[in-house]
Amino acid sequence: MRHVDRRYAVALGVLAAVTAVLVPVQAELLASVLSGAGGVVPLLGVVVARAAWVWVGQVVAQREAAKVKAALRKRVLRDATGTPGEVATLAVKGLDAVEPYLAGYLPQLAVAAAVPVAVLVRLSFADWGSALVIALTLPLVPVFAALVGVHTRERTRAQWAAMASLGGHFLDVVRGLGTLKLFGRAAAQARTVRLMSHAHAAETMRALRVAFLSALVLELVATLSVALVAVPVGLRLLDGGVTLHVALLVLLLAPEAYLPLRAAGAQFHASAEGLAVLEQALATTPRTTTTTRRRPPDPRTSPIVFEAVEVRYPDRAEPALSGFHLTVAPGERVALVGPSGAGKSTALAVLLGAVPPTAGRVLVGGVDLREVDRAEWLRHLAWVPQRPTLFPGTVGENIALGTPGADVVGAARAVGLGDLVHARHALSSGERQRVAVARALARTDARLLLLDEPTSRLDGRTEEIVLRATRGRPALVVAHRPALLGEVDRVVEFR
Amino acid sequence: MRRLPAAVLVGAAAELAGVGLTATAVWLVMRAAEQPLMSALTVAVVAVRTLALARGGLRYAERLTGHDAVLRAMAELRGKVYDALLRRPLRGGDALTRLVSDVDAVQDAVLRCALPAGVAAVVGTTVLIATGAPAPLLAGTLLAGVVLPALAFGLANRRLRALAPLRAELTEHVVALREGEVELTAFGALDHALDRAGDLVDDLAARERDHAATALAGLAVAVQFGTGVLLLVNGEPAHVVLGAVAALEVFVPLTTAARRWAEHRGSVTRVRETLAAPPAEPPPPLLLPTARRVGVVGPSGAGKSTLLHAIAAANPGRAKGLLDDAHVFRRPVRDNVRLADPDAGQPRLDEVARVADLDVPWDAGPELSGGERQRLLLARALLADPEVLLLDEPVEGLATRHGDRVLRAVLAAARGQVVLVTHRLAPLRDFDEIIVVEEGRVTQRGTHDELSRTPGHYRDRWTAECP
Repeated sequence: MRHVDRRYAVALGVLAAVTAVLVPVQAELLASVLSGAGGVVPLLGVVVARAAWVWVGQVVAQREAAKVKAALRKRVLRDATGTPGEVATLAVKGLDAVEPYLAGYLPQLAVAAAVPVAVLVRLSFADWGSALVIALTLPLVPVFAALVGVHTRERTRAQWAAMASLGGHFLDVVRGLGTLKLFGRAAAQARTVRLMSHAHAAETMRALRVAFLSALVLELVATLSVALVAVPVGLRLLDGGVTLHVALLVLLLAPEAYLPLRAAGAQFHASAEGLAVLEQALATTPRTTTTTRRRPPDPRTSPIVFEAVEVRYPDRAEPALSGFHLTVAPGERVALVGPSGAGKSTALAVLLGAVPPTAGRVLVGGVDLREVDRAEWLRHLAWVPQRPTLFPGTVGENIALGTPGADVVGAARAVGLGDLVHARHALSSGERQRVAVARALARTDARLLLLDEPTSRLDGRTEEIVLRATRGRPALVVAHRPALLGEVDRVVEFR
Repeated sequence: MRRLPAAVLVGAAAELAGVGLTATAVWLVMRAAEQPLMSALTVAVVAVRTLALARGGLRYAERLTGHDAVLRAMAELRGKVYDALLRRPLRGGDALTRLVSDVDAVQDAVLRCALPAGVAAVVGTTVLIATGAPAPLLAGTLLAGVVLPALAFGLANRRLRALAPLRAELTEHVVALREGEVELTAFGALDHALDRAGDLVDDLAARERDHAATALAGLAVAVQFGTGVLLLVNGEPAHVVLGAVAALEVFVPLTTAARRWAEHRGSVTRVRETLAAPPAEPPPPLLLPTARRVGVVGPSGAGKSTLLHAIAAANPGRAKGLLDDAHVFRRPVRDNVRLADPDAGQPRLDEVARVADLDVPWDAGPELSGGERQRLLLARALLADPEVLLLDEPVEGLATRHGDRVLRAVLAAARGQVVLVTHRLAPLRDFDEIIVVEEGRVTQRGTHDELSRTPGHYRDRWTAECP
């Protein structure tokens, strides 16, 4: 409940309070009409009012759900960790599940708190005996639900785990179908899939028999109470102990006391997933961006020094880069060569500040890179990644990324993409690479180019075009192709 | 699905018991007001108590039979989907994940759409017959049971169609934001990209508001109680009026069910299509390279892995090994290795583990590091001891020197032909033949000595690896 906006809580309270007035009034008028006292027109009025109020309640609830969902989506966009697919699933589809919780369960919960009280108050004036029966049985519903819940919690949890593992098992087998086929085991698994599913169905049913007991209790309490109220009232009518109006009122109101509880129970199961998603989204911690510190030295005039830099990734035993020393003089063009996995791209990532060194340091003009303002430092660099991402939008927008007002057409022409500036369609991997080069060229203010195999997906002629465009500019180049090696002042070898 | 009709009948009986309870109780009270003899009420008193008990018991029975029917049907469906995938494989993890969640959606569709609809149909018909179908009740039943759900379905469909492109666009933005985060940061464009995605979120939120659906909820209430008032005006007896209002309650979940059905329809269709898909074409015959040790190299995405799959498909039972889609099942390490030869004894298992340098306990779970996973897959491939051993980047994820050592041991242990895809060229120096694949075609073939002297991809890579 702590996730609920205060104003929304108040709105739900008001909605429930009005419903708690409308329900007894409707029963009152209906009892009047049935007992021959007339009053069809006011009854019709209350019915219309109830329908309208349901509509208002839905509008309020939906508006709130949409608002919360949008806020959570933005939060997930900014802060969520995980693979791109996971984040996208949570942000787009996953958060839909908060709607049943916010717009379904919570309003129903408010109604379940208000309406039974109103019913009891009205009944205690009309016929205190019936009110007593309801007042005594009503608490049985949550108490029994809780008792059954406690009893079955462990089993239900185990069951959910089993359910997840069955879904998981099926996905596991289906994903491994290629492997199973390769080793001639696919046919044998067909039987296992069925056996597991059937065994699981039988086991689930055993757990459900207990879990559904809470629903059984709820139904029984509700229906038996109606019987407990209706039969004595009927018998008292025989000797004139109550009026028909009161008898009908009791009969009409008694079920209304239990109805909201049943509805809330049903909504609870539907919204359990929503609550889980909500908690998952709220568990993301805002990313801290430290905006310290000193202006970085200009790489045009300051040397860049890698001092015994080591990088370890948490999920890998071997360091990605270790004991790396390199000095790049201002204006120099240096090629980094060596087998895949030797740490060439990692060295560039360290220079970009994307990966912190686990040991050693990088100095720019004698200043540790960790102490300079990163955004300012990045302004000096133009990076061509090995596998460039193409962002939604036109090729031109991709080239202008982060350099508003750049000479997009000029940069695109320089790499032979002049015709594609307005294109939005999927590009080949070679074209993507050229977009990335154009993007780097568009940063005319950049003092140092970081080129990570910028021509690995290009043919000889296109490679020559790209080389010509970057020729002469200070650069760190990760290279495989010999053509690149002829374009640099110095070659540094990784092992 | 054979048990489903039984579940519908039990559910309808539960609802009818509830309707009967209301009607009988009202009749009892109205009759008692006329102050007849006590004996005139005895039957009604017994009926009220019986129906009250029956209602709860039947509802419990309904939930059990319904879930039982659906769970059994789903077990059968999973088996059928598996068979269909065996006949016609579906490549790509995303497509498979979607198919599996489609199967779950079918379960939801049966349990929460088909079952309530069936119950509502039986209850509606029974009540109409029992009351002689007075005009207001007939109209109310049609409105609540047919018109409103149909409207809800149509509106939900339209809304889903309208939102789909926006949601797809948002997904695209989120994926690009995450994948390209380092790039966006490097170019100082992260905040701008976040703002653009935020605008999309706001746009989506504005369009997700479903005014029509909120109005439908109000209409459903109006129809339910409005029918009661009309029946009153029509002069129907009280027990019919209130019984009818109770019966119309059965239709309330149908609008939600209709909306849900609109969401699940695509899943149901996809599962149906998967089941109905004809078997895949047999793979075209493929000329296997004849040399004993064949290396395959080429740029990423050039078709090396596809070539290996083609060899495997063309030589079922003969060519086995470690392909790019090799899967580690969520089973202990032993089961995962033994998959290649279920009859293998412990000494044989220990032997392949030694060659592949697999040093995790046999009973360990499948949570392995990248390097351990790779060595497990190698041990599995060795255990199969095939005529043609296929290896696709077998030591990826191992440190270079360690990888070279493991690969040497595996190659030495292989008794038949070997086809090795690798991005590292050093292990290929003494191979009998090397095939260079570029853009889906074989562009060069020869030994290391020949290729390292000829201009082309191989020589470029070789000079880069050992400058």
